[in-house]
Amino acid sequence: MAQSIRLTVNGVERVVDGDPATPLLGVLRGTLGLMATRFGCGINQCGACNVIVDGAAVAACDTPLWSVAGKSITTLEGLGRPEAPHPLQAAFIAEQAMQCGYCVSGVVMSAAALIMRNPDPSEAEVRAALDRNLCRCGAHNRMVRAVLRAAREGRAA
Amino acid sequence: MTTPSAAPAEDAPARLPGSLNTNRRLSQWLRFTREGTVEVSSGKVEIGQGILTALAQIAADELDVDLSRVRMVRANTASSPNEAVTSGSQSIQESGSALRHACAEARAIYLAAAAQRLGVAVETLSIEDGTISGPHNLHTSYWELADDGLLNREATASVPPKAPHERRVAGASTSRTDIPDKVFGRPRFIHDLVLPQMLHGRILRPPAPGARLAALEEGSVASMPGVVAVVRDGDFVGVVAESEAAALAALARLRRAATWRQVSALPEEAGLAEWMKRQPVETTVVAQRAAPAPADVSRTVRRCYSRPYLAHASIGPSCAVAQWTDGGLKVWTHSQGIFNLRADLAVALGVRPEFIVVEHVEGAGCYGHNGADDAAFDAVLLARSAGGRPVRVQWSREDELAWSPVGAAMAIELEADLDAKGEILAWRCQVWSNGHTSRPGRAKTPTLLAAAHRSPPAEALLPINPPLASGGGAERNAVPLYAVPALKVVNHRLMVMPIRTSALRSLGAHANVFAIESLMDELASDRGEDPLAFRLRHLSDPRAKDVLEAAARRAGWSSRRKREGVGFGIGFARYKNAGAYCAVVAEIEAERDIRVRRLVAAVDAGEIINPDGVANQIEGGAIQATSWTIKEAVRFNDTRITSDTWESYPILTFSEVPSVEVEILARPKERALGAGEAAQGPTAAAIGNALYDALGVRVRDLPLTAERILAAMG
Repeated sequence: MAQSIRLTVNGVERVVDGDPATPLLGVLRGTLGLMATRFGCGINQCGACNVIVDGAAVAACDTPLWSVAGKSITTLEGLGRPEAPHPLQAAFIAEQAMQCGYCVSGVVMSAAALIMRNPDPSEAEVRAALDRNLCRCGAHNRMVRAVLRAAREGRAA
Repeated sequence: MTTPSAAPAEDAPARLPGSLNTNRRLSQWLRFTREGTVEVSSGKVEIGQGILTALAQIAADELDVDLSRVRMVRANTASSPNEAVTSGSQSIQESGSALRHACAEARAIYLAAAAQRLGVAVETLSIEDGTISGPHNLHTSYWELADDGLLNREATASVPPKAPHERRVAGASTSRTDIPDKVFGRPRFIHDLVLPQMLHGRILRPPAPGARLAALEEGSVASMPGVVAVVRDGDFVGVVAESEAAALAALARLRRAATWRQVSALPEEAGLAEWMKRQPVETTVVAQRAAPAPADVSRTVRRCYSRPYLAHASIGPSCAVAQWTDGGLKVWTHSQGIFNLRADLAVALGVRPEFIVVEHVEGAGCYGHNGADDAAFDAVLLARSAGGRPVRVQWSREDELAWSPVGAAMAIELEADLDAKGEILAWRCQVWSNGHTSRPGRAKTPTLLAAAHRSPPAEALLPINPPLASGGGAERNAVPLYAVPALKVVNHRLMVMPIRTSALRSLGAHANVFAIESLMDELASDRGEDPLAFRLRHLSDPRAKDVLEAAARRAGWSSRRKREGVGFGIGFARYKNAGAYCAVVAEIEAERDIRVRRLVAAVDAGEIINPDGVANQIEGGAIQATSWTIKEAVRFNDTRITSDTWESYPILTFSEVPSVEVEILARPKERALGAGEAAQGPTAAAIGNALYDALGVRVRDLPLTAERILAAMG
């Protein structure tokens, strides 16, 4: 049943041996030890496990391993580092855009996918892009401000 | 500089500020290291509210060190001060004031040590970022003097902390210390904890609470690849495996291998409020005041309000890790009360509390007594069969929404006697509700979920209400702050518990404030009086009036225009009638359903340690309360909770979230008051009153759904 599946994660080519039906989330957190991507519901209803696959935000919890064979995946760890933060990461710090922060990885990945396809989103477009990401602490407006700031600063850079 | 006096005589210990009173050794609170840091301990835990940053700010200020030198120690039962539960918006009051006094005293002790070392008078010394300087270029530092023995003594609280105007760090919006980890995806949450040799556990939940396990064909599961153990204790069934995938596969097979006997025990969801009023209750009089003089009652207004059960619905399902070794039991948990959890674990397992060390690790946002403690006990029960290896238990979304305790449903009846002019002569309130806390550690019987499933099952304890002195539970904020000549407030605690309930953010205050503020609004509009003016003339506390006026001013209350389908509403409360003051103005659009467009909140939380932290708490509280108010209800059938996904328990989404503006009233000389729960009631009330302003109908049952609005419009 187990197969070797080749995929690129945060720019590094990886070969994962496993059941092709295994959800990508388990592979990222378990096999690859990348903990930023979070388990929230397991059925693509909350966005906590969103990652970018070939430019689009997808829920890693219901993405089977076989479906990402040969594809390029970006997780929050691959977006930026403290020395070279992604504009979104810098903006989330500047806006103190969270309370508990559990949903933040998924929100940032949805926002990163948005900014890639639309570098100058309106507030309504940001909200629409984040509508499948749930936040329970009520930090939504701070996160929207952070995304708009990141887009602005990304365009200026 | 005052020198600390000797510890008080043992027979008459002086009352010390906050939690210092019960954790009196200075070394419990802080220690200096040779490496140039200060380790600060608190029994309060980070639950997404930014408390560790605020406490670090207080310590940095009193000690005169840079904030970056302060290391907040993870709370654990082996070494941290026992501060019971991180709840009730008490952390700044209890832990903050203890730390402030402990640090002020520690600073004085180190100054005295420095004076001795340098051979100068204490008065000639000053401290900057931990470096202690005296005349003639003499200097030393906390780090050079670091000696644990110096603080191994009883606190006396005899060194006055800095005056408000001398504080540099507390009172400023410093960046939260936990945020960088979270934006760069560094492991930080309990979900990210990986221990050597760690195994993975899952629990087979019964199909419904009260269902009994009739048969379990577990043989085929134990031999599955990667399965380490199948654990069964009465109706409690779990599996331990080498990987999460193996645990999940085993769980799926266990589910098929189990046969349950179901019982029907739940009331009809639709008639819940009336059902509660028919149950056996324990009745207490919360407040009673007779009218100073008899008056003629022209008419009596009687109104019934209700709220449903509400879920915590954290985005991260509960998680825990436990490890049994010969030396003891170690538990990693996101519980709000590590000492209380330890007490319940000790009772449930029949071991001494000292056998167990419970350590806090951050979880996802916590809004009350959720599944954290239950998940910890699950992990403990599985770890017993794991041969000394740590076992991690991850709850599912369904577990989190259907098996965590939920916030209690409430039914409230208000009556107001009015004179011929519609002025209030008497106010009566009756509340029906389960008690609002089932937290662990309170009794000889554990309240942990699995305790009810083991053999023999622990007797189910009815939830209680915290004492009135701590704000009460179901009756929290049931007594109006408004001046009324006669008053009677009665609380009926249910003696049955159809659905397991416990503390949810603001306890009874959410529904009680919704009820009081709805009726006040109605009485004002019956008189043709502005609802703001009506409230103001029934209040004597200037701080209460100030928040109402500030919110109204900022929201443009007096210049608002009547527009089709748009409504403005106002709501106010002083949380627990003794905590933070908060007023909210809501602007909504309403046709068949409600869209909340804008919330303006004004808050007075006394001295503010971190203004942005307070704003964040009020903002978040207002948004969460909006979600409760217009969308949320735990759904159930005759056997179980059925709202166990985000589809069946929807919460407010990004496009539905209103703009929120927060104005903080500066009161640097007043006692610091917690802000985390202050917005819940006023927000609900403001939205309900805005609905009336928009459509002319009052909906008194929460949530304010399209069906209810339509029904009210007739």
